Amino acid sequence: MSNLAATGPEGARAAPPARSATPRRRIRGSRPRQPRIRGSRADQLYDVVNVVVLTVIALGVLYPLVYIVSSSFSNPAAVTSGRVWLWPVEPSLIAYERVYNYPTIWRGYANTIFYTVFGTAISVALTLLAAYPVSRRRFRGRNIYMFLFVFTMIFDGGIIPTYLVVRGAGMINTRWAMLIPTAVAAWNVIITRTFFQVNVPDELLEAAQIDGSSDMQFFWHVVLPISGAIVAVNTLFYAVYKWNSFFEAFLYLNNQRLVPLQIVLRNILVVNSMDASLFAISAGSDAAQSQLRELIKFAVIVVASVPVLMLYPFVQKYFVRGVLIGSIKG
Amino acid sequence: MASESLVDSGTRTNRRSRLLRELARDYQLHLIIALPVIWFIIFKYLPMYGAQIAFRDFAAAKGIWGSPWVGLDHFTRFFESYLFWRILGNTFFLSIYTLAATFPIPIVLALSINNANSRTFRKAVQMIIYAPYFISTVVMVGLLIQFLSTSVGVVGPLMLALGMEPVSYMGRPEAFQSIYVWSHVWQFSGFGTIIYLAALAGIDPELHEAAIIDGATKLQRTRFIDIPGIMPTAVILFILTLGQLMNIGFEKVYNMQNDLNLERSEVIQTYVYKIGLTGIPRFSYASAIGLFNSVINFGLIMVGNWIAKRLGGTSLW
Repeated sequence: MSNLAATGPEGARAAPPARSATPRRRIRGSRPRQPRIRGSRADQLYDVVNVVVLTVIALGVLYPLVYIVSSSFSNPAAVTSGRVWLWPVEPSLIAYERVYNYPTIWRGYANTIFYTVFGTAISVALTLLAAYPVSRRRFRGRNIYMFLFVFTMIFDGGIIPTYLVVRGAGMINTRWAMLIPTAVAAWNVIITRTFFQVNVPDELLEAAQIDGSSDMQFFWHVVLPISGAIVAVNTLFYAVYKWNSFFEAFLYLNNQRLVPLQIVLRNILVVNSMDASLFAISAGSDAAQSQLRELIKFAVIVVASVPVLMLYPFVQKYFVRGVLIGSIKG
Repeated sequence: MASESLVDSGTRTNRRSRLLRELARDYQLHLIIALPVIWFIIFKYLPMYGAQIAFRDFAAAKGIWGSPWVGLDHFTRFFESYLFWRILGNTFFLSIYTLAATFPIPIVLALSINNANSRTFRKAVQMIIYAPYFISTVVMVGLLIQFLSTSVGVVGPLMLALGMEPVSYMGRPEAFQSIYVWSHVWQFSGFGTIIYLAALAGIDPELHEAAIIDGATKLQRTRFIDIPGIMPTAVILFILTLGQLMNIGFEKVYNMQNDLNLERSEVIQTYVYKIGLTGIPRFSYASAIGLFNSVINFGLIMVGNWIAKRLGGTSLW
């Protein structure tokens, strides 16, 4: 690429930044062609339109998020009368004070943290254990195991039979129901296997075997230490899944002391049922109370989503990496 | 070459002993994989086996294996139910609408991002459009309810300002599908670009250089280099999506449901849940409906894969 650029106008034109400057000289060259000039102007027009469109899209994606945050910091009356549209109006922290003093939310939070931490640990461990053996080319049985995993992606026993199995295992209304029944995702096993195939060279295994290392020793002492990236990818995907998971809790948990944040959120946001203490205003009118009630919903959305959204920019590269490994066909 | 065939014929006669030797050699690998395999058998394959209650009349006292066989009774009952066509229609319509909107948009977005010149700009756009992926389904629905409310939110006051009567869209059956699909687009299109951007980054830059020398515009290069370049990725993703076609997210539909929009928002998954786990649970009937759904999914992914293999030689396996 660099010595191509040094060969003259041909090469210079190949480098995109130089594009707009070169065509003029090109016309006086050996092959003066109309399309060159038109192409370059078309490109400039295209670039402008493209940037404008993408900016509009990005702002459109961002807007609802900004609106939610701004509303949550506004005065209740301003929110319900539609005066908030971009920035907080008559800033107030009343919704956050109420949410802060609402133990149900914090109990849900604590449960969610518990499920996320332990659930992710279990999921990552099982995924690594499933993926390593099937990544070994000369492992007899790898195809059978692989089929066992992949088939679950295309066929499913259904909600009810799964529920009966979980019930049969005695997990209903226990914390186990949140940790075990959805522990492994076949897709994660596949990307982890691909990672091992690409990143654990055969030579390494052969060298270890010559030194008398067993498969378990090799997995523990050699494979895992060089697999930090895939552990990170799995941890993040599972953690986000666990943090946001609703379905298992909804099906398997009745005990309100065990329910995760998402169930608490559903009650407040969707079912619209919340403890009266949350929005009660002493000597306040009904209207003021229902305004506060709406405001609290915005605050709850922010409180529930901020940890993940705050963390995400720092770990974005791992998510991208996970998707990329997934796109390699193993 | 000769020695290789010699080894081959030698092993064929000793197949059994070779198998045993390999089992002995690899026993630690089998041990490593044992725990996840047990998990898969219990939580994935046991339910598949248990799905046979769809052909039985499940009675709690007798258990799955003791309940009497009833053949296809539950299936025929569902097919003859007055709700059958409505639920099936809703499921299909919502699936196809979702597919039609959510499949092409990430591709167009990725091509567009890829064509932007400034790296900083590209990074900023990506950072923003990936973000909604991390919002939970419950919060997403809560956000929709707030946004589309007649009193708070943006839409109600805006309509009022324009002199219109604010409408409660969440309670309108005819609005349900569009709200579902376009909020899905909002939430997942950005994240969906990742895989296409990677495919685009993998295209040989020399193709572009040659095209630029030949005077191709960006649009022409997009049409003749980028789009063919990401085609295999798109096909694979399409098959995968096709397999999930009928698997509409239970969580989102269920949370978006209310009595007013039920005629459009009742889909197979939510119906299975209601039949099977609410009121007086009817496990067998619900399992039959669920199994019907699984079989359709399975068929779709098989057909998709077959078509893709025929057309472009791209296949899942």
